[in-house]
Amino acid sequence: MARKLLLNNVHIEGIHTYDVYRKNGGYSAVEKALKTMSPDDIVEEVKKSGLRGRGGAGFPTGMKWSFLAKPEGVPRHLLCNADESEPGTFKDRYLMEKIPHLLIEGMILSSFALGANQSYIYIRGEYMFVLRIVEKAIAEAYANGWLGKNILGTGYDLDLSITPGAGAYICGEETALIESLEGKRGNPRMKPPFPAIQGLWQRPTVVNNVETIAAVVPIVNDGGDEYAKIGIGRSTGTKLISASGNVNKPGVYEIELGLSVEEFIYSDQYLGGMKNGKRLKACIPGGSSVPILPHYLVCKTANGEDRLMSYESLADGGFQSGSMLGSGGFIVYDEEQCIVRNTWNFARFYHHESCGQCSPCREGTGWMEKVLHRLEEGHGTLADIDLLWDIQRKIEGNTICPLGDAAAWPVAAAIRHFREEFEWHVNEPKESQIRNYGLVAEKSFQTENA
Amino acid sequence: MSDQIQKFTVTIDGKTVQVDPGTTILNAARMIGGNVVPPAMCYYSSLKGSGGKCRTCLVEVSKGSEKDPRPMPKLVASCSTTVMDGMEVKNKSSEKVLDARKGVVEFLLINHPLDCPVCDQAGECHLQDLAFEHGVGQSRYEFERRTFDKVDLGEYIKLHMTRCILCYRCVYTANQLTDNREHGVLKRGDAAEISTFIEKNLHNDFIGNVIDVCPVGALTDKTFRFRSRVWYTKPMDASCSCDKCSGNAVLWMIGDEIARVTARKDQYGEVKEFICNDCRFNKKEKSQWNIEGPRKISRHSVISANHYEREIPKHTVLLNKA
Amino acid sequence: MENNQRIELPQHLLDEVQRVISLFPEGKQKSALLRVLHIAQAHFGWLSVDVMDYVARLLHIQPIEVYEVATFYSMYDTQQVGKVKLEVCRTGPCMIEGAENIVNYIEKKLGIKDGETTADGMFTLKTVECLGACGYAPMLQAGEKFHEHLTEEKVDALIEAYRSNPVANYMGENQNG
Ligand SMILES: Cc1cc2nc3c(=O)[nH]c(=O)nc-3n(C[C@H](O)[C@H](O)[C@H](O)COP(=O)(O)O)c2cc1C
Ligand code: SF4
Ligand code: SF4
Ligand code: SF4
Ligand code: FES
Ligand code: FES
Repeated sequence: MARKLLLNNVHIEGIHTYDVYRKNGGYSAVEKALKTMSPDDIVEEVKKSGLRGRGGAGFPTGMKWSFLAKPEGVPRHLLCNADESEPGTFKDRYLMEKIPHLLIEGMILSSFALGANQSYIYIRGEYMFVLRIVEKAIAEAYANGWLGKNILGTGYDLDLSITPGAGAYICGEETALIESLEGKRGNPRMKPPFPAIQGLWQRPTVVNNVETIAAVVPIVNDGGDEYAKIGIGRSTGTKLISASGNVNKPGVYEIELGLSVEEFIYSDQYLGGMKNGKRLKACIPGGSSVPILPHYLVCKTANGEDRLMSYESLADGGFQSGSMLGSGGFIVYDEEQCIVRNTWNFARFYHHESCGQCSPCREGTGWMEKVLHRLEEGHGTLADIDLLWDIQRKIEGNTICPLGDAAAWPVAAAIRHFREEFEWHVNEPKESQIRNYGLVAEKSFQTENA
Repeated sequence: MSDQIQKFTVTIDGKTVQVDPGTTILNAARMIGGNVVPPAMCYYSSLKGSGGKCRTCLVEVSKGSEKDPRPMPKLVASCSTTVMDGMEVKNKSSEKVLDARKGVVEFLLINHPLDCPVCDQAGECHLQDLAFEHGVGQSRYEFERRTFDKVDLGEYIKLHMTRCILCYRCVYTANQLTDNREHGVLKRGDAAEISTFIEKNLHNDFIGNVIDVCPVGALTDKTFRFRSRVWYTKPMDASCSCDKCSGNAVLWMIGDEIARVTARKDQYGEVKEFICNDCRFNKKEKSQWNIEGPRKISRHSVISANHYEREIPKHTVLLNKA
Repeated sequence: MENNQRIELPQHLLDEVQRVISLFPEGKQKSALLRVLHIAQAHFGWLSVDVMDYVARLLHIQPIEVYEVATFYSMYDTQQVGKVKLEVCRTGPCMIEGAENIVNYIEKKLGIKDGETTADGMFTLKTVECLGACGYAPMLQAGEKFHEHLTEEKVDALIEAYRSNPVANYMGENQNG
């Protein structure tokens, strides 16, 4: 039976309230940690657990924590990244809506481990209704002595609050998040200095994803070794997956890392297979930024091995034939979907979200969108496909922050695996319009070309 | 004593120099000079926080340092990356750099009007130089270009946002020359534009310097008389006694008349001594200045090389002068 | 000047502003800016220059610091909008579940195009990027509320509900279901 560590209690009536959460064992990890463990003990357990960042990059959390500078007399901060704006991703919202105290408990543990006395949750502005749920839970935690001064009489003080963004995907990038939390535009900072040295208000800062922080609760409760027993290789523990697209049961799932992709898509316990009996065409396993996989590389790797839901297996084959676990935004496409149209759609997203600081991303994302739109509309040329390839190549790796890469990768992967479909849009513009927009499109296409 | 200060050795395109720790690759390259210096469109030594944005100064670090010789995986912005001891850098000797830079120049130009023939900056424009040196000839961009209306920022400065490359230099200048935050960037992505609120800021005696820091023709001097091509004017070093600034400036003369006044720029186009509005905008009489002699334009630019003139259709120039 | 005098948040929202400021250390009140702008926008309907200047005064910062921020984030309206904003997600996962049909349906029903406001000033239609409801697509946000698994019938119902009872976007009042 698959084990759940974060969502095991999620179906209990009223679990979002303090009383029910507490009755079901909530805050026991805080009791354990503050009374019997030192901050370094917690860091040690997190290291042992093998927990890796759940926000997208997959960086080992324990190692990240040990980089935090600790100059005498300078406050340090823990920031929780609840910006969650990567298309295809909605797991953090689910966790915060359903079981907000789990995040708060994780924040207390992690703040204690890092020696932070003032921590913030930065949540995307569109989740204002979730902010209210979490804010209420924070108030309950204060009222019951889990936050504030001298928690459990241990002398440890912690203030925690939640603060909104206002519509900007880029604020999920950790230095943009910090800028935004300082009340500024979400322009990513140049690194170095890294946040671990100079972050919020130039103080040492750690930024972690909601799910990463929540995972610290079971790690403290059961021990890092126990956590590391779940999963496969360097992909330990469980992972929340947000599933969307043409499947029978989209939604948020907690899986044990190492589950086979095939089982995840087709078994009734998870996505229940393709909707309306259609065939699988492609899958983006880790949010819109990661490379798309054509159907023959979804359940098997290029070597013919089973593809697993793990950092390593999803990346197997590199960008040639693999992808990434990313944020766990799992988007499934059936045979009716148009890759050109979808790539254009995502290109428009990145163009919309570029902060505009650096020239390759500011100018290149808009250019890609326009060329893709032209191709999608059936007005493109074969040379446009090569042009697109060249534009994405000149953005990738040349920008201030990884948004440039995130905009380039989906375009590169789509051309790499679906070049024929791009060419079809060029060679059979009418057919492609009818496929995408039905017979109405045929008419407009004829009048336009008349 | 001095040999006790540890220096770092850095090699750029095969040329070696010793620099203080903390020096950026770009500044190390400038110490060597010549061809190894990467172009810099946004960095400005005297402006805190500048750099990192335009990406024209990208270089390849083929050896990280003596201690950790691994190459850096990505190209880095030389203006905001500090050197390590034993670092080896490739600028013009790297295909990757030349290719990426060509890309950056193309990106900077896709939404740029390239109306040099009617632009005040032509002849002393860093973007024009850059396009000439690294450009790709024909642009592959076939869509409508972004345009903005021209705006007057008070009686002295004109903003032609269509030409702006969002280097942020004017923002840092306005904010660092005054006590308050008064100037900024509005909107985001390729819709971003610099604010026009500097207008409110004209009480500041030094605001005119935003014109000199602007690498392109986005911020120009409304008091520029005759609106001539720069290469028809003769730059003269001149000074005056001024109680607000050093009074060291450059007069751009046409015959005996002062067409405009600017601060003195070094070979990288950077102003070392900012001048006040009074000297810049209000002293247009030769008698107000002590002329020291012709200014040597050392910059490798179209002003001296006169490259661009050939490409401008004659009638455009005439019309413009009329 | 006269105009400026009318711009003033009511006491309960001023208290909320003070509470939000107190979440940050002394001297870091600028960190409250994004939330205070949400409060001001919900109360005044949109962020005019006068409202932004007022927010600058509330937080003791320069007006330009507010303009820069208000124009960066997509949730802020620096132009007047309708009482209820219908923001339909159009990003990939919603697109393949028929977001475009929903947009077309609303356009027809209200007689407005994307970005426009109905003549009575009631509804503004806006297409937006992924709101984190991809598994429950298609979806739209109105005020603070998410409406998911949209159908034409659901759209009809929610438009009627908002017409008789527009959303108050802040402090949870009048939140329609
Ligand atoms: C453009 C961009 C958007 C991002 N968005 C998010 C996000 O919404 N949530 C998140 O947790 N991490 C996001 N990240 C990753 C963060 O920068 C950072 O790596 C992460 O919050 C670290 O937390 P973790 O180590 O717990 O994963 C984003 C990164 C980039 C470059
Ligand atoms: S890559 Fe894009 S989002 Fe990142 S700093 Fe540059 S312009 Fe901004
Ligand atoms: S700013 Fe420079 S490149 Fe642009 S039009 Fe003027 S002279 Fe030409
Ligand atoms: S106006 Fe000139 S100085 Fe200011 S950002 Fe634009 S290009 Fe740079
Ligand atoms: S000069 Fe280095 S990025 Fe612009
Ligand atoms: S794509 Fe519409 S909510 Fe994510």
